[in-house]
Amino acid sequence: MAAAKDKPSAAARQPSADKAGNGAATVPALSKDQELFAFREMLMIRRFEEKAGQMYGMGLIGGFCHLYIGQEAVVVGIQMTRKPGDQVITGYRDHGHMLACGMDPKGVMAELTGRAHGYSKGKGGSMHMFSAEKGFYGGHGIVGAMVPLGTGLAFSNRYRGNDNVSITYFGDGAANQGQVYESFNMAKLWKLPVVYVIENNQYGMGTSIKRASATTNLSKRGTSFDIPGEQVDGMDVRAVKAAGERAVQWAREDNGPIILEMLTYRYRGHSMSDPAKYRTREEVEEVRSHHDPIEQSRQRIMAMKWASEDQLKKIDTQVRNVINEASEFAIHDPEPDPAELYTDVVR
Amino acid sequence: MPIQVLMPALSPTMEKGNLAKWLKAEGDQIKAGDVIAEIETDKATMEVEAVDEGTLGQILVPEGTADVAVNTPIAVILSDGEDRAALTKSPQKSSAKKPSAPAEARATPASAPQLSQPPAAAPAYDASNEVPAGTEFATMTVREALRDAMAEEMRRDESVFVIGEEVAEYQGAYKVTQGLLQEFGVRRVVDTPITEQGFAGLGVGAALAGLKPIVEFMTFNFAMQAIDQIINSAGKTTYMSGGQMGSSIVFRGPNGVASRVGAQHSQDYSSWYSHVPGLKVIAPYSAADAKGLLKAAIRDPNPVLFLENEILYGHSFPVPKLDDFVLPIGKARVARVGRDVTIVAFSMGMSYALKAAEELTQLGIDAEVIDLRTLRPMDGATVIESVKKTTRIVTVEEGWPQSGVGAEIVARVIAGAFDWLDAPPTRVTGEDVPMPYAANLEKLALPSVAKVVEAAKSVCYR
Repeated sequence: MAAAKDKPSAAARQPSADKAGNGAATVPALSKDQELFAFREMLMIRRFEEKAGQMYGMGLIGGFCHLYIGQEAVVVGIQMTRKPGDQVITGYRDHGHMLACGMDPKGVMAELTGRAHGYSKGKGGSMHMFSAEKGFYGGHGIVGAMVPLGTGLAFSNRYRGNDNVSITYFGDGAANQGQVYESFNMAKLWKLPVVYVIENNQYGMGTSIKRASATTNLSKRGTSFDIPGEQVDGMDVRAVKAAGERAVQWAREDNGPIILEMLTYRYRGHSMSDPAKYRTREEVEEVRSHHDPIEQSRQRIMAMKWASEDQLKKIDTQVRNVINEASEFAIHDPEPDPAELYTDVVR
Repeated sequence: MPIQVLMPALSPTMEKGNLAKWLKAEGDQIKAGDVIAEIETDKATMEVEAVDEGTLGQILVPEGTADVAVNTPIAVILSDGEDRAALTKSPQKSSAKKPSAPAEARATPASAPQLSQPPAAAPAYDASNEVPAGTEFATMTVREALRDAMAEEMRRDESVFVIGEEVAEYQGAYKVTQGLLQEFGVRRVVDTPITEQGFAGLGVGAALAGLKPIVEFMTFNFAMQAIDQIINSAGKTTYMSGGQMGSSIVFRGPNGVASRVGAQHSQDYSSWYSHVPGLKVIAPYSAADAKGLLKAAIRDPNPVLFLENEILYGHSFPVPKLDDFVLPIGKARVARVGRDVTIVAFSMGMSYALKAAEELTQLGIDAEVIDLRTLRPMDGATVIESVKKTTRIVTVEEGWPQSGVGAEIVARVIAGAFDWLDAPPTRVTGEDVPMPYAANLEKLALPSVAKVVEAAKSVCYR
């Protein structure tokens, strides 16, 4: 069966030995504050997405809804390396990125329900949200289109002569789009400060990476442009943060673009309406029980005695309260005024 | 409080499903993410995952039940510390709050909403005051006018830059960017690889970050590689972001029919781009309009398609000698006043229209010629007012007839001046074929002065 054959081996999720960067052999630990911060952030995304899934099931969220559950360590670890003015852009699996950028869960959830006080006044939906204030440039529904856009954000930094970096996320599916390589070429040619974070969750919709990609080590996709790349255990927020720091520094210090391939996994289907028959339950269960980013963080916190079981439960309760408030807001916020149909077409 | 688990909708269209199987039994411990049941729809079998933790207190819908409506309670989960006695209390939560309300709202279209429609009855535009009386004119080509417009705007605003193939060292494939590299340097005049989708998207990204790129396509034929970035990324972001983000960007270059270059290098994309809300589309004819409108396009906060014409690049026109000559986007210009028939054209179509108007005087037909200049937003009012006077209309364009710019003008005229019309509106367009290479066939495929004269005669019943 194809799904069983395509099951990623445990080794596939380990960083490769021949990576281009100077990846440390051991994963650097986080400080107590960092670990507790990461735990809470990842939990916030997990609970938000679970709630979004539930609300989708109730018909409160329409259309497409792509959940980030399982991939939380990637965006949280990278976000910990950002400085003010650094831009973030991604594709349609974007709820986690928005929360990590500090966007208000109420505004995000209200956009999912298509309401007046959603980030895009209800006109964008799950895949199309933006926040100039938080440096989040979307939320793009066309697979691969965010890569030239993110490269353009980096161009603007170079043009202005500042030391900001564009963090451009895309998936293993997008990695086969032609415009990605057009972007790689220009980014290297002009030494643009961009970190390409490839979130390799092993499946582009229902097609496993092995069935879609002639070469599956995506960190090497910049080789012919001489762009360095590194494979990272994207299920371990410590590894993500460490690699992110190296990459962001590389780009910030005018060395040009760099690629981080995050080996990660999504627990849910591609979108809410995906029965995920292309992979086995055992495969999902294996990742979930042995590599879950939040559970790993919890174990470390407990082992270090940085928080008790009760204290962690309290954090969970706080997070749930935030999410419940967001969903209540999103359910009861009014739909946009009909007059909004014709606003914001042009400025 | 016990938590109800509701029958979930698994797709935007699902209304009911079969509860195929329970994977947990009453009394089982449940963690968030556990699969508790399987549901079948006509499309697929899906798994129901628990969102909350607790104990499966009660199964309300037994497995094997068919056609369970979405949002029906199917089970109750007890939180930590609750026992089955809690089941008798009214269950709560699971965000079960009247999910039907928004669903209903979605099913019923808003009744007769008071929409602020785009302005329908704007007055006709008078372009005669665009240049102050007593202004001196200099004769220059369209090419020079475009170059001057860019140079002036680049001097005025440091965030304006030019990017595209051969725009810098080569001085422009059609020499439109001549001299810009020398004045503004490599930072602001950027040669790209041959990579249309890439540099168009890069331009939009830079614009989202607040810069004002002028993206030159060597010709608009090659912009087809980039049309997704133009429409989906540039054209829609303002709307999709609720107005909080957008791109001030100009996509410019030669559009339309060149000469003897065959089907892939000879096409008019006017109607393609003018179809898209969120874009502005300009297609000037004269050098003065080219200059005044390109300056306006560069300043506009929206994505603007600026469609030039290779053949017109070398044509000379009087251009006002003004320090800052900026024209309004979205306004047509009456290029020739007449009373018998309205001829509407734009870009290269204007040269056919104006020559035809001269020939028509020999036949005693006094044509009014309107240069649309901007295709979106389209100045329908000026056309309609003219037709109310002349009662007849001919449109001219190089593009194909179906769904063309002429079709749009005719639709507006019929809606706005039906009772004034004395003849069926008539279109002169490129023929409905890919552009042939052979000289004679190419000539046949194009609009011509003779075709415009014939069309004008026919609507005048001559």
